[in-house]
Amino acid sequence: MTIRGFKNHPYIPNSNLEVQQEMLRELGLESLNDLHVEIPEELKLKKALNLPKAFESEYELKRSINKIMNKNISSNEYINFLGAGCWQHYVPAVCDEINSRAEFLTGYAGEPYNDHGRFQTLFEYESLVAELLDMDVVNVPTFDWAQAAATSLRMASRITRRSEALVVGTICPDRLMIIQNYCDPGVEIKLINFNKETGRMDLEDLKKNISNNTAAVYFENPSYLGFLEDQGEEISKITHDRGAILVVGVDPSSLGVLAPPSHYGADIICGDLQPLGMHMNYGGNQSGFISTKDEERFVMEFPSRLFGIAPTIKEGEYGFGDIAYERTSFGNLRERGKEYVGTQTALLGITAGVYLSLMGPKGMYELGENIVQKSLYAIEELSKLKGVKGSRFNNIGFKEFVVDFNDTGKTVEEINGKLLFKGILGGKDLSEEFPELGQCALYCVTEIHLKEDIDNLVKAIREIIE
Amino acid sequence: MKIIGLIINPIAGMGGRVGLKGTDGIETLNKAIQLGAIKEAPNKAIKALRKLEPIKEKLLILTSSSDMGENQCKALGFNHEVVYKSNKITVFLDTLNAAKIMEKRGADLIIFVGGDGTARDIYNAVENRVVTVGIPAGVKIQSPVYGNTPELAGELALMYLKDGNLHIKEEEVVDIDEEAFRNNQVRTKLFGYLKVPYKKEWLQNKKAPTPLGEEESQKAIGLDIIDNMLEDIYYLIGPGTTTKAIMDQLNLPNSLLGVDIIKNKTIVKLDCNEKDILDILGNSVGKLIITPTGGQGYLLGRGNQQISPKVIEKIKKDNIIVISPNSKIVELKGNPLLIYTGDEALDKNLEGYYRIKIGYGMDIMYKVSVGH
Amino acid sequence: MKRIVRNSKVRDFHQARWNEPIIFELSRKGERGVLVPKAEADIVKQVGDGLSKIPSKMRRNGLPNLPEINQKRVLMHYLRLSQETLGGDVNIEIGQGTCTVKYNPKINDKIANTEKMTALHPLQDKSTVQGILEIIYKTDLMMREISGMNYFSFQPGGGSQATMSMASIVRMYHRLRGEEDKRDEIITTVYSHPSDAAAPALKGYKIITIMTDENGQPDYEAFKAAVSERTAAFVVANPEDTGIFNPRIKEFTDLITKAGGLNCYDQANANGLFGIARAKEAGFHMCYFNLHKSFGTPHGCGGPGSGALGVIEELRDYLPKPLVEFDGDKYFLDYDLKNSIGKVKSFQGSPQVVLKAYAWIMSLGAEGLYEVAKIASLNNIYLIKKLLEYKGLTVPYKVDTQRIEQARYTMEEITKDTGITSGDLARRVMDFGMHIWSSHHPYYIPEPLTLEPTETPSKDDLDEYIKTIHHIFDEAYENPEIIHNAPHNSTIHQVDETSLDDSEKWCPTWRVYLRKTKED
Repeated sequence: MTIRGFKNHPYIPNSNLEVQQEMLRELGLESLNDLHVEIPEELKLKKALNLPKAFESEYELKRSINKIMNKNISSNEYINFLGAGCWQHYVPAVCDEINSRAEFLTGYAGEPYNDHGRFQTLFEYESLVAELLDMDVVNVPTFDWAQAAATSLRMASRITRRSEALVVGTICPDRLMIIQNYCDPGVEIKLINFNKETGRMDLEDLKKNISNNTAAVYFENPSYLGFLEDQGEEISKITHDRGAILVVGVDPSSLGVLAPPSHYGADIICGDLQPLGMHMNYGGNQSGFISTKDEERFVMEFPSRLFGIAPTIKEGEYGFGDIAYERTSFGNLRERGKEYVGTQTALLGITAGVYLSLMGPKGMYELGENIVQKSLYAIEELSKLKGVKGSRFNNIGFKEFVVDFNDTGKTVEEINGKLLFKGILGGKDLSEEFPELGQCALYCVTEIHLKEDIDNLVKAIREIIE
Repeated sequence: MKIIGLIINPIAGMGGRVGLKGTDGIETLNKAIQLGAIKEAPNKAIKALRKLEPIKEKLLILTSSSDMGENQCKALGFNHEVVYKSNKITVFLDTLNAAKIMEKRGADLIIFVGGDGTARDIYNAVENRVVTVGIPAGVKIQSPVYGNTPELAGELALMYLKDGNLHIKEEEVVDIDEEAFRNNQVRTKLFGYLKVPYKKEWLQNKKAPTPLGEEESQKAIGLDIIDNMLEDIYYLIGPGTTTKAIMDQLNLPNSLLGVDIIKNKTIVKLDCNEKDILDILGNSVGKLIITPTGGQGYLLGRGNQQISPKVIEKIKKDNIIVISPNSKIVELKGNPLLIYTGDEALDKNLEGYYRIKIGYGMDIMYKVSVGH
Repeated sequence: MKRIVRNSKVRDFHQARWNEPIIFELSRKGERGVLVPKAEADIVKQVGDGLSKIPSKMRRNGLPNLPEINQKRVLMHYLRLSQETLGGDVNIEIGQGTCTVKYNPKINDKIANTEKMTALHPLQDKSTVQGILEIIYKTDLMMREISGMNYFSFQPGGGSQATMSMASIVRMYHRLRGEEDKRDEIITTVYSHPSDAAAPALKGYKIITIMTDENGQPDYEAFKAAVSERTAAFVVANPEDTGIFNPRIKEFTDLITKAGGLNCYDQANANGLFGIARAKEAGFHMCYFNLHKSFGTPHGCGGPGSGALGVIEELRDYLPKPLVEFDGDKYFLDYDLKNSIGKVKSFQGSPQVVLKAYAWIMSLGAEGLYEVAKIASLNNIYLIKKLLEYKGLTVPYKVDTQRIEQARYTMEEITKDTGITSGDLARRVMDFGMHIWSSHHPYYIPEPLTLEPTETPSKDDLDEYIKTIHHIFDEAYENPEIIHNAPHNSTIHQVDETSLDDSEKWCPTWRVYLRKTKED
């Protein structure tokens, strides 16, 4: 029996019966049933798929999906204080303009000639992020920060031929899960304790755990919980004394004002590009970068593509190509640490490049300054509330901070539930991820928050807890 | 200044046009001349040498008299020095002696023009001590030491001399039993290896890992074998560069063309003949590691006759480990690997599917059939 | 006036060539591209500059060396670079076979670009994200029907991550059965996608590759010889990259099931099978679809994409956390997966891509999907027949075996005759505004072209493509020099790649370029 097809569909030019017949005739076939003849009958479906009926016009499609999507309340309709790995920043209009260009949006795997623009934009993105990090080599982006960290640890394992990584205990548990799955088997992950007062890494515990089998030590700045880890130089020394590699994760939006990890000894830097011009997209615009010095032992371990600049046969013309492409299959054969390349998040790399071109050095500085001022203000104001500590950790942070509600007698869940009624998305409830902190929430303040937003938050919480 | 050796076997290829299969041996050559054969090789040499003109000023060519190179250098105006003279019709000794002198004079590269027989002579003279480029002119070209055309060989030489950053690999010198060949029997044999430069093809699969180059593959295979070696078991390492990579990574001496036996990662005996193998094995378990050698995908029966039916019966089929870089498998174009031990029943028994180790932790299932 | 005669057989094309500087060269001190909000005066009064509270060793000394460029110039730069990129929307996209580069409907992008999508934070309370959860859940339901699998995770961000996730599930499955160490081999086939071997290798598996028989189908006898108690799983594409469908696939999967292994189906490209055949009936335990291939979402120069991963009922609890579920009233995230491999990508993967795929399916329905598969195949068969009219071009293995949605060709004979390789062809075809990409691993087929028309070119498009390829073949015989020096009408000329493999010379960023090319 024949399953019916959708004729004259606008996306399928040759669903036009007349053309279809003409093509079939050319091929000496009678009907579309004469296609797929190599598939045995017992594998073939005998009736049409049971799917919802297609919309018969573009208008109806749009209207119906918009109706579903309008059930969402966006972070622009409410005031949003959620961060925790995905941050709401302002996205300059030019970023959207460029990444919606059909050529980039629908480009893929052309050659350095006809996709010259793709190569150049990605080379520029690499170069711009390299300046921000004060490092030499940056990859074409991978999936997200977690993937970038996991790959960095595998790179370190291949370079050192060791099989263990020591990871800061304040890492985001979701990020840790991704790292653990990706590194299993091959690289064992061990967590290092943190100081309960400051959040900083417990250096004694680090010294106790580091060994000649330690491939890498990993921490983040700012940390997942927002505070700064200012013992970079000490951690670097402990790490390097044991011949291990220092991997540091970083939020690049902080680097207009904060020292890049290369300044305190990082060998590999990783992080997320999402704050650099990407909408949140319900977490769908995360994009990981990895950066190293321009040394062969590092470069040869990248599984990602690295676009380099090169001359063409015509004087005065820039060309591009893949650096040391064969390495992408190399890896350390013994540890089977071989990785792979594939479709990851190139368009977001292009966008990050556009963002940094627009922001320039002053923009990044002002962004950082604004965020530091606003978060300090929010912490101070929240601390004025009875039973609330604006910052759980006795340590300065960037963009995010842990608000302690333990003495209010209320749970974060309760508070957030009530904030929602007031049109506010409260900070992330940490009571499950870090039970030792009790009722704490991770708040995020960026340049999108006006003073009145913060004041509204403080006012709302006061109403809830008093 | 770069010094190159130029060796032209002027009679190479003469047999072909007049229906003879090669010009090895004076009688055959005389016959070829009687039949009106003309010299092909000198012209081919010129085609290749033209490619070197861009670096003409920086070259000194060491060569032999008359049509063995001198005339061609003169014709193109290359700076040259005749280091070997011969008045006779060129025979294998001329190639051999000239190559030896050129090595002694410190040639950076030897360019030779001829066929499989010429490659054999070069190998006998310099083994794998000097980098060579072969310009194809002979009737028989089985050895992959030759460029596809004289022009391509010339370009390869130019690239090697100019940037020096081409990769070097050892390629098989394979030749045919000439008597059998003239009786329409094709039987090749592995004689040795020459060092040749090669240009990595820019295979741009940018979505998936590129395959490893041949040398890296061999290294990877070697690591896999070593990591999985069992204690107190004899390992028979067959001939070939792929098997050699195992020995190299164990830092053991080895015989490229022979069978070496190791146990617990130390040498038991190098270059064993059939009797050595049988004596050493006695009644203990042994594993045989082999790789295709001698062209045409032969696993057994080309250049490794030490691995006799008796040896294989002792080892048993399950203990045969086959290794090969994937590039060699690709060259088979889907044809099976072959065995020909001379023992019909044994050969039949050895047929079937084998796991061919092509990388670290990477096998392919491949068919092995009886050859002839 | 006279009628303008347009009778050129091939397109007279020239790509944009702007010869743009590198972004850093556009810098003019003091220029700004965008202004950033500043803290209100009251805040500054209260907390000061803030920065002085940061320990000095954590403060950046000086500003990052980013360029300073006005907004128009930034825009102009990137617009020009976009014009120098041959996206799928502007060319007849056939030459990137295996990638399923089809038309990506604009309306789907429009729908996904509203704030109801872009401005959602992934940790928002579920009551505020019912819309996107509903879309994910309904897409899951439709994927189930399309594949016959029981549950889908949309976490993997692309095909290789989906394959890695499948291999992770395989490992966890055998681990929980106490067979992890024993089962250390994964079997794949030579013309499955290279990621099918690479991703399981990362998870510590030995890979055994099955070669084809003379018909271009995986050799069943070899397969039988490979399957053992050490087999953890079988990872395979069908049809493979040659476009050839393995009709005995059920025998293969049955053998694996009997041996205690899992069957994993790489359906990154499912374009030729929609509504025709499914993973379930072929005996698979898992499969994945690349939404950015078969389901019409844009490739974005290489992501973000989505590798929707489906499993049978028994494997639900192994999926990455969380899954979107529906309790009859509300949609919610279910973290309660007791054997879960954990997570493979942050949050919920790429929900905006799922939304576009949902829109794509809803614009087609069952009848449309069936039409997609039929026309993808029709276009492919037509392309093969017409292209092969040129002597010297053929498809390896049996010519009369009907390919499904793509085919790998060989121009070996043309190369033998003319010296023009498939790589040369790839460079020349750019002069006519088209692609033939140079990726055809594992290169068992000499001088390959891998062409996949999909359902979205018209017959006229196909004819233009065919004419162009034939035209270049003619050139190979008559005027090979023009091919050797190609491209002529592309954005740039041939790149001198010699520096790219040399660590002394390679320049991965602008700062390295300035350093390594500095004149003393």
